[in-house]
Amino acid sequence: MSLFLIVALPFLGALLPGLMNSAGRQACAGVTFMVTLVALVGLLTHLPAVLAGELVTARVDWIPQLGLNLTLMLDSLGFFFACLILGIGLLIIAYARSYLSRDDHMGEFFTYLLLFQGAMVGIVLSDNVLILLIFWELTSLSSFLLIGYWKHLPEGRQGARMALTVTGMGGLAMIGGMLLLGQIVGSYDLSVILENRELIQASPLYLPALILILLGCFTKSAQFPFHFWLPHAMAAPTPVSAYLHSATMVKAGIFLMARMWPVLSGTPEWFVIVTTAGLITMVLGAVIALFKHDLKALLAFSTVSHLGLITMLLGTGTAFGAMAAVFHILNHATFKAALFMSAGIVDHAVHTRDIRRLGGLRHLMPVTFVIATLAALSMAGIPLLNGFLSKEMMLEETLHTTLFDMPWLVPGLATFGALFSAAYSFRLIGHTFLGKERDDYPDHPHDPQPGLWLPPALLIIPVVVIGLAPFLAEPFVKLVTTSVLGGAAEMPSAHFKIWHGLGPALYMSIIAVVGGLILFALFTPLLRVWEATPRPEAKSIFDRIIAAFVGLSQAISLRLHNGAFSRYAAIMAVTVVVVGYYAWATGTVGAATRALQPTNAVQIAGWLMLVAAACGLVFLHRNRLLSLILIGIVGLIVSAGFVFFSAPDLAMTQLTVEVVTIILLLLALNFLPNRTPIESSVLRRSRDVVVSVGAGLATMALSYHYLLRDTVAPSISEFHLANAYKGGGGTNVVNVILVDFRGFDTYGEIIVLGIAALLIYALTETLLSGPVRARLLNRKPDQPRAGDRHPMMMVVMTRVIMPVVLMVGFYIFLRGHNEPGGGFIAGLIVSIAVVMQYMASGFAWASARLRYPYHGIIGTGVLIAGLTGIGSWFFNKPFLTSDFTYVRIPPFYKFELATAALFDLGVFLAVVGAVMLTLESFSRLARRAHVPEADHPMDIDPSREDNTKAEA
Amino acid sequence: MEFLVASAIGILTASGLYLVLRLRTFPVIMGTSLLTYAVNVFLFASGRLTVGAPPILTDAARYTDPLPQALVLTAIVISFGMTAVVVMIALGAYLGGNDDHVDDPSTEAEERT
Repeated sequence: MSLFLIVALPFLGALLPGLMNSAGRQACAGVTFMVTLVALVGLLTHLPAVLAGELVTARVDWIPQLGLNLTLMLDSLGFFFACLILGIGLLIIAYARSYLSRDDHMGEFFTYLLLFQGAMVGIVLSDNVLILLIFWELTSLSSFLLIGYWKHLPEGRQGARMALTVTGMGGLAMIGGMLLLGQIVGSYDLSVILENRELIQASPLYLPALILILLGCFTKSAQFPFHFWLPHAMAAPTPVSAYLHSATMVKAGIFLMARMWPVLSGTPEWFVIVTTAGLITMVLGAVIALFKHDLKALLAFSTVSHLGLITMLLGTGTAFGAMAAVFHILNHATFKAALFMSAGIVDHAVHTRDIRRLGGLRHLMPVTFVIATLAALSMAGIPLLNGFLSKEMMLEETLHTTLFDMPWLVPGLATFGALFSAAYSFRLIGHTFLGKERDDYPDHPHDPQPGLWLPPALLIIPVVVIGLAPFLAEPFVKLVTTSVLGGAAEMPSAHFKIWHGLGPALYMSIIAVVGGLILFALFTPLLRVWEATPRPEAKSIFDRIIAAFVGLSQAISLRLHNGAFSRYAAIMAVTVVVVGYYAWATGTVGAATRALQPTNAVQIAGWLMLVAAACGLVFLHRNRLLSLILIGIVGLIVSAGFVFFSAPDLAMTQLTVEVVTIILLLLALNFLPNRTPIESSVLRRSRDVVVSVGAGLATMALSYHYLLRDTVAPSISEFHLANAYKGGGGTNVVNVILVDFRGFDTYGEIIVLGIAALLIYALTETLLSGPVRARLLNRKPDQPRAGDRHPMMMVVMTRVIMPVVLMVGFYIFLRGHNEPGGGFIAGLIVSIAVVMQYMASGFAWASARLRYPYHGIIGTGVLIAGLTGIGSWFFNKPFLTSDFTYVRIPPFYKFELATAALFDLGVFLAVVGAVMLTLESFSRLARRAHVPEADHPMDIDPSREDNTKAEA
Repeated sequence: MEFLVASAIGILTASGLYLVLRLRTFPVIMGTSLLTYAVNVFLFASGRLTVGAPPILTDAARYTDPLPQALVLTAIVISFGMTAVVVMIALGAYLGGNDDHVDDPSTEAEERT
């Protein structure tokens, strides 16, 4: 199966549980299970290639200019992790089916789970670091959803937020690190990066890149000092904890360290940072875990500790260390997932996870007891179980590791950590299952149905089998280790054996187990000491830091953003003028190259009207109806200006837009007060005058300046003029630019227009369903209404004129490609024709005759335009490549058929739909506000029966 | 003639900006409309002013610059959409709160002085 499909399957499958939710819980879990199973089978089809040591790749170039390609690769390391993710994922899905209660929304849960699974698989199969980063962030986001799945629990929400903050911050750091790495190597492909060890380690950017990448890994894998988020993430449902904290989320950081091992490891910096962080985390986690009373918290800290162990092993930079790390990843994933699930079973049956309230469960829950005990003993490092093997390899490795010139430091601390690790494992068994049976359990303990115990039981099989026959795991672990080493080091010759003979590592193991037993025996006095020692509480520190940042941001933003919008506008205007002046003052000013063109009386008259209208607007703006008339004058003069300056298309557009805008503003003014009161002081008004006159002078100077000069570089317009007919088949260059050269632009624009109209519709709906509706219904118009609401003259006139206007619109549309016109203008003209009917005979009458909703018209328009664009794909041309031909059907003249006309049709429909939906929404408001609609489209109609009677 | 166009742009900007700085929604909307005219004419004028040479291909020797025209054409239509959205928001705010002030109430007293 293609690697793309393996990664895509969980994402595609994520849609299914949500859809299947109403089909029942079984269907929901079943479909999730199937999706994961198919992905796993697909992965396994690559097993022969992986075993043969081949590199399976899949590649699609996406944005090669940026080095951003969709490339995936599968080597034994990726295969190993993908197997863990999908394999344990299957067990988790089965377990979650039985675990989640009837109140939990199962579709939602499995959708999140699959999203997360897909992101994880994406990380381990990525061959491009940029793609890897995307999946990395996706795991942060989807784990946020999973951890906070129980939205009603505050701990769940806080834990999810904390996890997102910490891992998200690490992700940001890692983006920086990966980009640096890409800069050093000159490629973002992992396979290329991995081959450039010398280049990377010699680069001065190595250290910053290393630190940034490690920040990402450490936050994700909960390494000291970022370990605190993991225990808080335990507020998630147990299946999530088992999945995230055994095989997946926290292993992502480990995976990346292993992946980058060939190029980043082996330097003193790597050794000191990674080994120290791992060692501290391991000891700290183990010590805290012993004193946790919540089963899941204990397991959480033990996970932190084991992750520290693996990190430390990777940090040593030796091949043996890497092999031990890989082996422990496998072992930890099996026993820890089983332990989490067992904790979930106990919680499910007894309704508490507090170890102090448990004990004596071995006879009451024998199956759970066996599973949990075997897993915990493996965690403690007891021989004949898999945990023992990798832990002993770890101890062996520490003997050869010297940190800070103290040869005893690493082995000593490792033994100390292992000792606590044994102790908390014993406590987990002893205080939960052994001891006297109690009579005060919150609920009656019992073994659960197989759905809950089978998945952990299956995990116990490898725990025992590998423990008894380590040689079975050896070839595979060595194969994975080869990938980790990546040729940077020789494969260690050591074999996996239970008995290595008497050696220091065995003595250390014995010390750890015996010491663990002693600690367990002394637990009660130790707990008293622990509780008496003051400890920094990570969550409160974290909360304080967050609160400090929030305070700082608030202080800044509330100061700058105080809600006075007119002040923002003034500040912005002044800034623009000042920056513009600075550019003017520091740049060089070229000489004028164009001569002034002559001016005649008509132009001056037009200019005077414009100036009078604009200034009149300023002085008379308090009378709102008058200001509408004045702004109409401005619009008309601007249209006339467009005609004069050789822009017929613009003039037509401006004129038609003017009509609909004025209608819109009139509709709005119907509700707004029709006068603006005097509120601002003289001082403030003078300030505004200064600001606006300054801005006006600046724009005037700028415009005057460039109107007298030619462009510095030749304009691209020449290309458009030269190719409009040859390439686009039209003589109206403006229209050809709109529907052809810059068709994609236009496509975006009609979508924006459509969205604006839908937004207005949505706002109207919201207004009409809220408290505003009552106010509208009770509203008394502040002016007397016209008695003759649907005057006969107007009704007759608009009916007669309607076909004519439609014809004009059609004509304007058709000729658009070669003469002034086109979809935009035709759309506006047709809208005006329809609006006139609304005005003449009222909203109800007109909308009763409306056959297609305006939303649909917008959608059809966008769809037609989009399909026209896609059509060119079938001819192996880029999106929106146009084509045209000339045909002649007798007796007509020869005429042109162009795909651009089809696109223009889409533009036309979108414009009609958008304009009409906008105006219709406004008039819907108005309709609610008035008395009921009239019964007839005309108030006085001589041809009507009742009128004749009344007259008689 | 260039001076007439440049000064028209300037006057439209100045009066538009003055209205944008007012305290009620309706004059602000009027102001943004005026600014829209100013910006559109400004962009249009970046193709320089040409009389009697529309960009319709004929046998003529010279044409005006078609590119700014195409850009401004869509800008005019889009600005209608923008105006409509702003008017709707202003209307919703007024109908909902019976207040058509632009600024937050807390800053009003401070701004009026």
